[in-house]
Amino acid sequence: MTTTHERPPHQRPAAIEAIPEVSFAIPDEDGWGHLAELRTDPVALLERVHAECGDIGRFRLADKDVVLVTGAEVNEQFFKAPDTTLDQAAAYPFMTPIFGEGVVFDASPEERQQALKNQALRGDQMRGHARTIENEINRMVAGWGDEGEVDLLDFFAELTIYNTAACLVGLPFREEIDARFAEAYHGLERGTDALAYVDAYMEGVESFEVRDRSRAVLVELVQGIIDRRRARGTVAREERDLLDVLISLDMSADYITGVFISMLFAGHHTSSGTSAWTLIELMRHPDQMAEVVAELDELYADPGDGTKVEISFQALRSIPRLESVIKETLRLHPPLIILMRLVQEEIELAGRTIPPGTIVASSPRVSNRLAEDFPDPERFDPSRYLDGRQEDLQNRWTWIPFGAGKHRCVGNAFAMMQIKAIFSVLLRDFEFELVQPSETYRDDYSKMVIQLQRPCRARYRRRATGSAR
Amino acid sequence: MTVRVVADLDICQGHQMCQAEAPTVFGFDEAADVVEVLEPHPDESLRPQVEAAVRYCPAFALTIVDPAPDPTSEEDR
Repeated sequence: MTTTHERPPHQRPAAIEAIPEVSFAIPDEDGWGHLAELRTDPVALLERVHAECGDIGRFRLADKDVVLVTGAEVNEQFFKAPDTTLDQAAAYPFMTPIFGEGVVFDASPEERQQALKNQALRGDQMRGHARTIENEINRMVAGWGDEGEVDLLDFFAELTIYNTAACLVGLPFREEIDARFAEAYHGLERGTDALAYVDAYMEGVESFEVRDRSRAVLVELVQGIIDRRRARGTVAREERDLLDVLISLDMSADYITGVFISMLFAGHHTSSGTSAWTLIELMRHPDQMAEVVAELDELYADPGDGTKVEISFQALRSIPRLESVIKETLRLHPPLIILMRLVQEEIELAGRTIPPGTIVASSPRVSNRLAEDFPDPERFDPSRYLDGRQEDLQNRWTWIPFGAGKHRCVGNAFAMMQIKAIFSVLLRDFEFELVQPSETYRDDYSKMVIQLQRPCRARYRRRATGSAR
Repeated sequence: MTVRVVADLDICQGHQMCQAEAPTVFGFDEAADVVEVLEPHPDESLRPQVEAAVRYCPAFALTIVDPAPDPTSEEDR
């Protein structure tokens, strides 16, 4: 098994050989290099690359060398490199079976910009999205009663599926999906196993089986929706959504599902995880929670003169304390801990020449905690973002929860608005507290898509009426 | 006293958020799909709007360059 994947050292280009390789925490018995550690404790691996090798070091994933760069100067070179030099899609082989063959991973920067101009993420569409999200969160908590417990993973994963489906695909489609769709979607995310660096279709791998079953369920659900729409016939223009357009183009259910999966993917687990961690950090820091609740109560207070502010309006505007808490949550718990590119043309990084075929990477998890840029980096300190410090803007190549440069997450304004709207509603109506020891809330890093590890429960209690807004 | 604001056109993604924050300072180059700085030296009175545009730029493409740069800051080198 090892012979086909292990590359004899003499075949490695001298330029790569010259870059220090990180040590092994798990012996390389299968010949796949550091893959075993990436699948169990990737944070330890990435931190060790930086600690042992400095701003440029490498580890090995099956037959690929991965060169990890860290620090403002090299990150800038990494994030500014053109697509012709560093290719994104080819670096993420675990995504192909999730989207389906032929469905694009990501558009070129030019196409992204075009899409932004015409599509759902455009600035002037945001107001409508904010209203939609407020409505979705109200629906999710409608059955909560006065007190109870909630599983943070289930809750935010389901809520963010509805939000992204409603805003990016359309309101009619949102009404045609339910928890079954959310659950199958979650199964897909569990299929992002780094074993894909060896073979994304390897037989007998449970995570790949879950992935393929989940995708089949989604195709079946979408096929059902398509069938019902076909039977119903054409509706007025204003009642149509993206699905009607794709049906009219005679695309198959399999392909349409792939398009939807790819549209929802970037915005789903990221927003879901960040919302959950925002709540966890607020519950861990009651002083911060009190300040945010006070800020929101003041913003949304009803002065009784008809000038009460709507959540859909305010979520698009400044809510400084809440924003700082979200940013600090993103810094400490970036939803993606490694961003990768496949080298297409020789590139120079940190004075080293990297040949084509190498994977180069930068780690939000490592960069976001660099002590030289973020004093006392392990500390949850939202005051980092207040005027005068602005550690996000001051460190735009190392404060990278959204990546940086041309490929910086195009959905980040949408994501911030979404999370501000979610907490505007949740903290208006409920108080929250931890039900487990604080340190037992942690992420499951066994897949490339990071999810909260269960149990991850919180207790809620409805706020006394008349206390606030 | 004026503010000096610069845009990195290689990084701008054309969200046009800056136009909403400071419409007299930022325009949009339709042909190139990127921001157009209409007023590179806006008056000090516009600082709050320009700062909001910098802070809320989804691409982090805008920077205020102050006359006396902080030597410890990466951005001002």
